[in-house]
Amino acid sequence: MDRQYQSVPYVLQPAHGGGHGGSHAAGYIAHVDPRLRILTAAAASVLIAAAQQFAVLGAALAAAVVAWTLSGLSPRTVLKRLLPLNLVLLLLAVLLPLSTRGTPLVEFSSLSFSQEGVLLATTIALKGNAILLTLLVLLGTMDATTLGHALNHLHVPDKLTHLLLFTVRYVDVLHRESLRLRAAMRVRGFRPRVNLHTYRSYGHLVGMLLIRSFDRAERIVAAMKCRGFRGHFYLLDHFAMTRADLPFAAAAAAVLLALGLWEWA
Amino acid sequence: MTAASQPLIELRNVAFAYDRDRPVLDECCFSLLPGQRVALVGANGSGKTTLLHLIVGLLRPTAGELYAFGKTRRHEHDFHEVRQRAGLLFQEADDQLFCPTVAEDVAFGPLNLGKPRPEVRRIVADTLAALELTGYEHRVTYKLSGGEKRLVALATVLAMQPEVLLLDEPTAGLDDEATQRLVELLGRLPQAMLIASHDRAFLEETTSLTRELRAGRIFG
Repeated sequence: MDRQYQSVPYVLQPAHGGGHGGSHAAGYIAHVDPRLRILTAAAASVLIAAAQQFAVLGAALAAAVVAWTLSGLSPRTVLKRLLPLNLVLLLLAVLLPLSTRGTPLVEFSSLSFSQEGVLLATTIALKGNAILLTLLVLLGTMDATTLGHALNHLHVPDKLTHLLLFTVRYVDVLHRESLRLRAAMRVRGFRPRVNLHTYRSYGHLVGMLLIRSFDRAERIVAAMKCRGFRGHFYLLDHFAMTRADLPFAAAAAAVLLALGLWEWA
Repeated sequence: MTAASQPLIELRNVAFAYDRDRPVLDECCFSLLPGQRVALVGANGSGKTTLLHLIVGLLRPTAGELYAFGKTRRHEHDFHEVRQRAGLLFQEADDQLFCPTVAEDVAFGPLNLGKPRPEVRRIVADTLAALELTGYEHRVTYKLSGGEKRLVALATVLAMQPEVLLLDEPTAGLDDEATQRLVELLGRLPQAMLIASHDRAFLEETTSLTRELRAGRIFG
């Protein structure tokens, strides 16, 4: 059952995660029951989003960093994902002190940076990074298929999980189809410009993609019916909690409880 | 008629049209007997795929009767059994392989048939071994080559343990080596087959009878 986690590239490690037979070095977190990881990630996100105290948010970020060290995700992978968020936060760090009224911290002629603004920006930065890091560490170490199956086990509606599973499978097929169509346009001298012809051609491209996807969907349903599909997906592998999950469950519960008490008690 | 010579599949005066003005099949009669390996040839758009889809009930005749495995089949529920006993290999493997991994895809059919998991695992292993695909279990389906996809698609059909194989352009997009491999594998299979193809050389090696679809009817 363990092999299921290693069968499809992980969300965050497509480059070397495609090992067939578990060759890549995934950390402890990757072996924790996916359902447990999803629940923990959801609870942690809500808690961090609701918390207001600096110390609590700092501790949450620290806990996420500890989890990161257990996940085996490389610093490069994680920092690459955190970078875009922090660029936006940087913008906020400049704008918020300017736009929030309160005790002036620094003043340049007519511009005044307020203390409250700086605090607000720091809170948002802490929250954002803590939540994103938690999600990366807990969910990014799971392949998308496992995520779909686990959500299904957590009683997320079938339609949503099927959507996720089919998206994973067919996004690449659609991408290749669009590349083929674009190539077909290019070999006939199409070069995108700012004119009506370009917009119309792109309209045709998108329309053709939609029609082809619809046809493909029909063919897939036909193929599934031929193999006895009657609306229910049976999974070959079942998830099972093992003893190895206990330390994670205990630690996650303890950290979340402690943070909650610290913030609100 | 004795049991041995009773057709597995028979079309009696079947008609079908996608739109009313242009019938694809008209008064079409065809039968497949146990052990027969029949080549289905005909021009593009002559209705070869349509015929195969009619047999497994993905399309319904506008007139005539379809008889399969001892019964006349009319409604969706009649075809549940037909689809298990007659395995259709689709023209495009990407349409047929929709599970993330090879093992899950091969297991999909048997699981739908309600087989217990240990047996499903055995079927998966046996089917892949029969097609010399052992070791492919955890490969990602969309990353396979065209030839591999075709063989895995065939594995998903064989995992249903069908009595009849309906193959729609099985060599389309395959190179010589992959085609030759397919010829050898099909030669070893015991099922009756109906193979729609334009590949004359391939049909000569795999089939013993030829039926031509022309103007909505079967000749030969």
